[in-house]
Amino acid sequence: MSAPEKLSYPIIPIIREDAAVSERSYQAKPELMQSLGYPAELPADWKAKVLACMKQQLSSSRALRVFMDSCVQCGACTDKCHYFLGGGDPNNMPVARQNLFRSVYRRYFTLAGRWFPWLVGARDLTKEVLDEWFNYFHQCSECRRCSVYCPVGIDTSEVTMAGREILSSVGMGQKNTQNVINKVNTIGNNLGMPTAALKDTLAGLEEDLLEETGIPIALPLDQQGVEILLVVPSADFFAEPHVDGLLGCAKVLHASGLSWTFSSVASEAANFGLFSGSHEQMKNIAGRIRDAAQQLQVKRIVFGECGHAWRVAYNYLHKLAGPFDFLDQDYPIPQHILEVTVDLIRTKKIILDKSKNDEYVVTYHDSCNVARGAGLGSEVGGQFEIPREVLRAVSNHFHEMPQGSTHEETFCCGAGGGLLTDELMETRTQGALPRMSALQQVVQNNGVTHMVAICAICKSRFSRIMPEYGYEMDQVLSMHQLVGNAVVLDR
Amino acid sequence: MLEVNGRVYPTDEEGYLENISDWSEAIAEAMAAADDIKLSEAHWDILRFLREYYHEYEIAPAVRVLTKAVGRRLGKDKGNSKYLYNLFPDGPGKQACRYAGLPKPTGCV
Repeated sequence: MSAPEKLSYPIIPIIREDAAVSERSYQAKPELMQSLGYPAELPADWKAKVLACMKQQLSSSRALRVFMDSCVQCGACTDKCHYFLGGGDPNNMPVARQNLFRSVYRRYFTLAGRWFPWLVGARDLTKEVLDEWFNYFHQCSECRRCSVYCPVGIDTSEVTMAGREILSSVGMGQKNTQNVINKVNTIGNNLGMPTAALKDTLAGLEEDLLEETGIPIALPLDQQGVEILLVVPSADFFAEPHVDGLLGCAKVLHASGLSWTFSSVASEAANFGLFSGSHEQMKNIAGRIRDAAQQLQVKRIVFGECGHAWRVAYNYLHKLAGPFDFLDQDYPIPQHILEVTVDLIRTKKIILDKSKNDEYVVTYHDSCNVARGAGLGSEVGGQFEIPREVLRAVSNHFHEMPQGSTHEETFCCGAGGGLLTDELMETRTQGALPRMSALQQVVQNNGVTHMVAICAICKSRFSRIMPEYGYEMDQVLSMHQLVGNAVVLDR
Repeated sequence: MLEVNGRVYPTDEEGYLENISDWSEAIAEAMAAADDIKLSEAHWDILRFLREYYHEYEIAPAVRVLTKAVGRRLGKDKGNSKYLYNLFPDGPGKQACRYAGLPKPTGCV
């Protein structure tokens, strides 16, 4: 689909029945599922397996069980999902998407549903239901926007993630997510970039930094005994504008005098185990980071600009891969690069010349996983205020997008949660509509030229979608690109 | 599946070759023709570099590595993403990799 010609904000959605019914992710191939420890394809006894996995999910996640029972179908969430706002398929109303799961829950796990299914919206589990789950659970980017408005705090992402893991348990994994997890397991990062390629890439980037600044700024790999292990999404080595953020981080750390390193073992911050809904996969991926930190004997683990990496790290790193008693206990474990940068700014350990960014009039896209899935710093709401504090420190021209599209109400970029895959382009284009509509307001009213993000998926998504909405692909920037531009290096 | 000169080559759902060793210049031309692109020497320059790099490092080059290599060979004005996107509108990483017979880059890119 191409983007609509006229944008308005806020968006009044128009219902289009079944608009997204055929939007289907590619399924992972049998060999791939098998190598990840799942059945290669749908087994003969799939129904029993689905119900068994569902039972296990309901007992291991108290939240899931409560969410199943506590929805009063009030409708507060109906117009809050970016996929519904952009595409209009009523199954993408969060409550309806949950009901695809809830109806089966009621049929098999509640007394009323077992005896009087027609009275309580319960339905039988069939192959068609599984297909519907597969389609619509992969049209949720796990962004949690709906949960902000739910009076009882139901989080659709918990439902769709559980649903995805149940689907995988009968061989129905999503190709994109499972493929990426397999690459982390076998090669070490989402890209599948072997160590030799990583070394070559970093060497090239060091040359670029020297050429640009005249100063030898290192991008160290596997250096023992340094202060900080910096773990970034592998997209930062590979893509634009991600790499500019990476170079910005290197400039900041160089200027701060802190010693640091990347790791070839933990060459990926992202954790797609969150997207597949698999605790086991999340644990394996998180374990690589602990192993690297231990081997390299660093004092701190710092995460780069990656939304869901931070959501996993902030909430679960200790549980997944702890204890971290070998790290310096005087710093947050783990720490976010923005927490490092904001400390350096507050304590004046780095000096900034914000006029260096005068060519940019910026706005800030709160990445959903940081805004609603995590925190930053020690204050409540730090995940909103710290990025803005840093942005104001490096830019003279910062404008907020309209109310209802920022802070905890931010819109997903349209491609989080494993949806950054090209067969879902229609879904993604529609899902980006709310953000693009809100952006247009500040472009028109305030002359905003660039949107700043702190997540690899957001950056990839926007650089691809913005041209469809009449912008240039380089109008999305990494936060640390701006910090890197402003930081004074020759002290 | 992709049929070129009477032979059928297995591809994935998005048209990337399943076996890198199946690649030939005729395959690249057929893939480009399907997108209404006629491969020029400028395209071939990129495709050859991608294959060489992949042969050495088992992955496609990062965007910066690619633009720098192009800049060195063809002049600084061409060493940027815009030049590459002009040649391969769907993106050098994805479209050019497909024509070069390489797997699609995965992850958050």
